[in-house]
Amino acid sequence: MERRSFLKVGAAAGGSLLIPVFGNAIAAEELLNPMAVQFKKSLADAAMNAATKAGASYCDVRIGRYLNQFITTRDLNVENIVNTESSGVGVRVIAGGAYGFCSTNVMTLDSVAEAARQAVAIARANAKLQSEPVQLAPVKGVGDVAWATPFKKDWRTVPIKEKAEMLIAANKAGMDAGANFMQSMLFQVNQQKYFASTDGSYIDQDMHRLWSPLTATAVDKATNRFRTRDGLSSPVSMGYEFFDAKPENKFKAAGGVTTLYKGAYDLIEDARAAGRQAREKLTAKSVEPGKYDLVLSPEHLFLTIHESVGHATELDRVLGYEANYAGTSFATLDKWQSKKFKYGSERVNFVADRTTSGSLACVGYDDEGVPAKRWDIIKDGILVNYQATRDQAHVIGEKESQGCSYADSWSSVQFQRMPNVSLQAGKKPLTPDDMIKDVKKGIYILGRGSFSIDQQRYNFQFGGQLYFEIKNGKITNPLEDVAYQSNTQEFWNACSALCDERDWRMGGSFFDGKGQPSQVSCVSHGSPTTRFNGINVINTARKIG
Amino acid sequence: MKNLSQEETKRICDKVLSLTKADQCEVNLSGSRTGNIRYARNAVSTAGLIEDTQLVVSVAFGKKQGIATINELDDKSLEKAVRRAEDLARLAPENPEFMPTPGKQQYKASETFFQKTADIDPEFRAQVAAYSIENSKKNKLVAAGFFTDTSKFTAIANSNGVFGFQRDTGLDFSVTVRTEDGRGSGWAKRSVGDASKFDAREASNVAIEKALRSVEAKALEPGRYTVILEPAATSDLLAYMFSGFDARQADEGRSFLSKKGGGNRMGEKLFDEQVNVWADPWDKNVAVLPWDNGSMLAREHQELIKNGKINALNYSTYWAKKQGKRAIGAPGNIIMAGTDKSTEELIANTKKGVLVTRTWYIRMVDPQSVLLTGLTRDGTFYIENGKIKHPIKNFRFNESPVSMLNNIDELGKPEILSGDESDYQLLIPAMRVRDFNFTSLSDAV
Repeated sequence: MERRSFLKVGAAAGGSLLIPVFGNAIAAEELLNPMAVQFKKSLADAAMNAATKAGASYCDVRIGRYLNQFITTRDLNVENIVNTESSGVGVRVIAGGAYGFCSTNVMTLDSVAEAARQAVAIARANAKLQSEPVQLAPVKGVGDVAWATPFKKDWRTVPIKEKAEMLIAANKAGMDAGANFMQSMLFQVNQQKYFASTDGSYIDQDMHRLWSPLTATAVDKATNRFRTRDGLSSPVSMGYEFFDAKPENKFKAAGGVTTLYKGAYDLIEDARAAGRQAREKLTAKSVEPGKYDLVLSPEHLFLTIHESVGHATELDRVLGYEANYAGTSFATLDKWQSKKFKYGSERVNFVADRTTSGSLACVGYDDEGVPAKRWDIIKDGILVNYQATRDQAHVIGEKESQGCSYADSWSSVQFQRMPNVSLQAGKKPLTPDDMIKDVKKGIYILGRGSFSIDQQRYNFQFGGQLYFEIKNGKITNPLEDVAYQSNTQEFWNACSALCDERDWRMGGSFFDGKGQPSQVSCVSHGSPTTRFNGINVINTARKIG
Repeated sequence: MKNLSQEETKRICDKVLSLTKADQCEVNLSGSRTGNIRYARNAVSTAGLIEDTQLVVSVAFGKKQGIATINELDDKSLEKAVRRAEDLARLAPENPEFMPTPGKQQYKASETFFQKTADIDPEFRAQVAAYSIENSKKNKLVAAGFFTDTSKFTAIANSNGVFGFQRDTGLDFSVTVRTEDGRGSGWAKRSVGDASKFDAREASNVAIEKALRSVEAKALEPGRYTVILEPAATSDLLAYMFSGFDARQADEGRSFLSKKGGGNRMGEKLFDEQVNVWADPWDKNVAVLPWDNGSMLAREHQELIKNGKINALNYSTYWAKKQGKRAIGAPGNIIMAGTDKSTEELIANTKKGVLVTRTWYIRMVDPQSVLLTGLTRDGTFYIENGKIKHPIKNFRFNESPVSMLNNIDELGKPEILSGDESDYQLLIPAMRVRDFNFTSLSDAV
């Protein structure tokens, strides 16, 4: 599920001492000094030697340095600028057929060796309760390798003043265009992760991510109404060049209703549109509930994909490991084994991948040292596979892991998290405008809104940012108070058309929550604009007191 | 974690305050020791202990502010944290809404520390897991659960003479028990500060009983029903609503508490007159720190809703000054008045209705009306003529807590718990509510 962590970070901006949920703050000039690889290797070797000597049959070591910078603005004010750093070592072992894990932020040979011995002791304690030994799919050691997110402009080198000015300019643009209030933020993440294992891998990775969410709020005091419009961008795995949008990165949504972005983002332009559209929403027509053909834009559909396909095909949920928290899944093993479970219509194809450049879950290797790969999850509408880690691969007859292991911190134990799970584009040429020509009674939905799904990923309800009525093949007027409800299997079987590759793009989340204690991960989901026929739409307008 | 004493934290805070040349400085020093055990499929999957210390230094030059945190407390590290905060403050633009750090506060200690909780060890945690696993196995059920306990200290200080120190403890336990065929599921949750008020066997048995009773669920048509909401079913709904008790948002016209034409709805009757809600850092059941870490202001007993009327809103120091109000520390707990009636008594007084154990994945649909959506989960039952007649399939609801608190028939006995996704400590009753809006069915068990 998408956690409300972002709200907490946003709320924290108002209170000076509530910020540091991501680690220790550091000065900007210190961000560019990475830890020496040889030092990390010596720490890893110390841990692995100690673990092996203590009786571990396997050991992996993750040395992490996590650097973040957050800038929060409200209207024409910068509310906060925070640099954070967190670094330390996590050691996972198998001993007596069970896992053990221990972490330390003391980066000395003695300390990591002691953590390794502690991990072995925990594993031995857990082994007494183990029903069957951990079974790891083989991974070939890759020796000393390195991988880094490709980027052109390092966010760490961009002056804070320049970033703050961009956010304030965006807020001003939104207010000039009609918003009474604007909020914009800039989240910048650098994860330096070193992984070593007794399989013979020493992997040094350097990941960079950015997200700049904004919210425009328009108020009409006379009617006591207010409406918001969030930004239409998505978080990305790339450098600060993300904000250098060129004409080829911009295009018009169907009917020219707004501007959308691909590969780069014009924050100020989108803020201006947000301000204008937030005001327009105050007088938009309230939707008539009923069945509609929905035309869903990728920066909206990604969240529906995330909840109804991404989480539903996580193997640990299918097996019951998340039963007490995030839940289980309707996509049970018998459905997969039948090889004929119709998850969606025959045009529905989902691929899991960690290789698409710019996507949030794109890495060289996962947190078990497994090389990034790409595989089918749903093919021609049929459930054909899940997402698995090394210890789960054997359950679904895989000879190797699919590389789905991730931990959100050096101090957290790695476990199964989703890769990018994306809907493939249609094979026939089709634009969003073409798609709408075939719709008699429909709604075009753009942007992510409210979202909720049950604990087995059947029943869901989603809203968006912008809604437009479609009548007899044409977009007529904006709508408000729209949410659609469906059942995952019915919804994906109602998929009636997909735009082609030209329209395919990714949305994403920084705060996908799972596990106890809860961890967050970030993930992208791609799709083209897609149509779903006959979906139930409700009217969400209510009056209170 | 080195469990620092009040004197030790005072020495560190004073040292930090003496190191800076900034116009003002705030210090927050805390340390925690958190143990956990997680189990699923009737076996322990993880267990661990996390110890951490954190020093947060916030400094300001004029209206330019910078924040640094560190988890080492030697003199060199303290100096480093102060210099980093100063560096950031120099880089930051002025914030016109910046407010000076508060003057000396009176923090009357609250009872947040319980030795029995601080003494919890791996054996205790393992025994918690064992209760539900063993009893589940005996009943041919499958248990998944999580137990975590925390013991921590917090110290705050600023350059205006503020100093506060307190220790606190807490534990949180949740367990989901499912039938082997996946057709039944039950759940229970307990969140208390004092381990002597926690009974893992009792909680596990509640989940086991609900799992056994919830198989063979029948479908009921979506619609408006009289519902009995157990405390866990309303915790996140109420937390959502109370997080919106912000005076600035209301005054600016972007809240359900905004008044037509401007201003807020303070003093207006928005709920049934049975609704009385307050915050009290000294409440023995849900005690919290007597200050608000964000503002460093002292918390007070606050009547939030009195006989159905809005009685208090939260003011930041900036907004309070602008509006000529007195700012106080934001609440850390929410307490709602109830009765002595058990849930069984509420059921006995119900002719037709739905009993809801828990609600799940609650999200805001429309902040204008606080319309929330979410689902029932892990034990939903149909009541007829004062008795639970049979389990029913889960529902999605679209409902506002404002409407819910307007439609109260009867209140039950308050229970201690924390919401799934809120930071409040809650003490809230079960409620029987009219016309609760279920909008669709879910096949999920």
